[in-house]
Amino acid sequence: MSGRDAIVAEIPRLRRYARALTGRADAADDLVQDTLTRALEKWHFWQRERELRPWLFSIMHNLHVDALRRSHPVVFCDADDLPISVQRAEQHDALVLRDLERSLALLPLEQREVLLLVGLEELSYAEVARTLAIPPGTVMSRLARARARLREILAGAAVPVLKVVKK
Amino acid sequence: MNTPISEDDLHAHADGQLAPERQTQVEAWLAVHPEQRAQVDAWREQAAALHRQFDAVLDEPVPARLLPPPAADHWFDARKAAAVAWLMLGGVTGFFLRGETVQELQQPLAAMSSLPRQAAIAHAVFVPEVRHPVEVGADQEAHLVAWLSKRLGSELKPPQLEAAGYKLMGGRLLPGDSKKGVAQFMYENAARDRLTLYVQPDAPTADGTGFRYAREDGIDVFYWVDGRFGYALSGSTGRDDMLRLATLVYRQHDK
Repeated sequence: MSGRDAIVAEIPRLRRYARALTGRADAADDLVQDTLTRALEKWHFWQRERELRPWLFSIMHNLHVDALRRSHPVVFCDADDLPISVQRAEQHDALVLRDLERSLALLPLEQREVLLLVGLEELSYAEVARTLAIPPGTVMSRLARARARLREILAGAAVPVLKVVKK
Repeated sequence: MNTPISEDDLHAHADGQLAPERQTQVEAWLAVHPEQRAQVDAWREQAAALHRQFDAVLDEPVPARLLPPPAADHWFDARKAAAVAWLMLGGVTGFFLRGETVQELQQPLAAMSSLPRQAAIAHAVFVPEVRHPVEVGADQEAHLVAWLSKRLGSELKPPQLEAAGYKLMGGRLLPGDSKKGVAQFMYENAARDRLTLYVQPDAPTADGTGFRYAREDGIDVFYWVDGRFGYALSGSTGRDDMLRLATLVYRQHDK
């Protein structure tokens, strides 16, 4: 399989992750497009012993973080500082699903990335650490916080305080 | 003696990332710790919900804009290597087949058929170049024309394709069958499609005039002989479009 074919074969996975990460179909595909462009430019630098998929996810991560740094309309409070009252609400599955995208958006990016790479993309913890260039211990602590936080948000209680900065 | 079960173990258990032996230990521990068991189940349910929500994306057709063009691929590496090998082979053969032998061995038709191949290789090598697509840019067109005309031993002018939306980017000199070398002009339109015109001096007289067409590794090449030059126009915008452009080039040289 040629390099182009190998990369093209990963496009559906990249689109799924980008959709879950950004929460918007158009923004997700823009991110995928930028990722593919960068991957083809940097193809020579890809170390063959590295798995292609984590490498592509790491390119996407860097592009996404760069883009957010350039324009950050939303500033998140430190998730751990937020007051949370846990209330278990009986929810239908459909409602849970509808809320899932919104709930994901309420997670800090660094927690959302780890949660999605592990839970949705099923990367190993070591692959997640390489993809995000963070120590394995940080993967575990972010995963634990993300899961706890998502549970609280889905339970209908916790809504982080968002500060919208007008540009 | 079992090491105590940590929260990391529970996550790894939920994600199926434990070694089998440890997996068994954690299973046994969870059997007597229902609260943690419920937590692990809740984590697994989160992952399942993520799949239910987003897996549909996997089955969506990939938008055309996301598919990279074939030329941008790393097959370009192979092409580049092939081009170098080809040029070296040409040089070596040329060295051994100097003099009259060359005339005897090189039938016009064979030489003619190598024109589109060499043009396509040169096209594949230089078209993906971002920083150095050309040796001399169109901003120095007078110099470009004088230089290439001198090297090819005959007055040479790059055709104007602006009517078709293509601007001259510049040109370069390439090694060819003769000492004179071969000229390559490159053009680009607003959509960043690139064309190259490969101009070979002292082209053998082919039987009959008119265009010939070849498709080399996804590159459409129209080639013809006009006067002393052999021309090959290479591009990837489709056969019909390339024929239209080749006609435009031909007419300018035919005047």
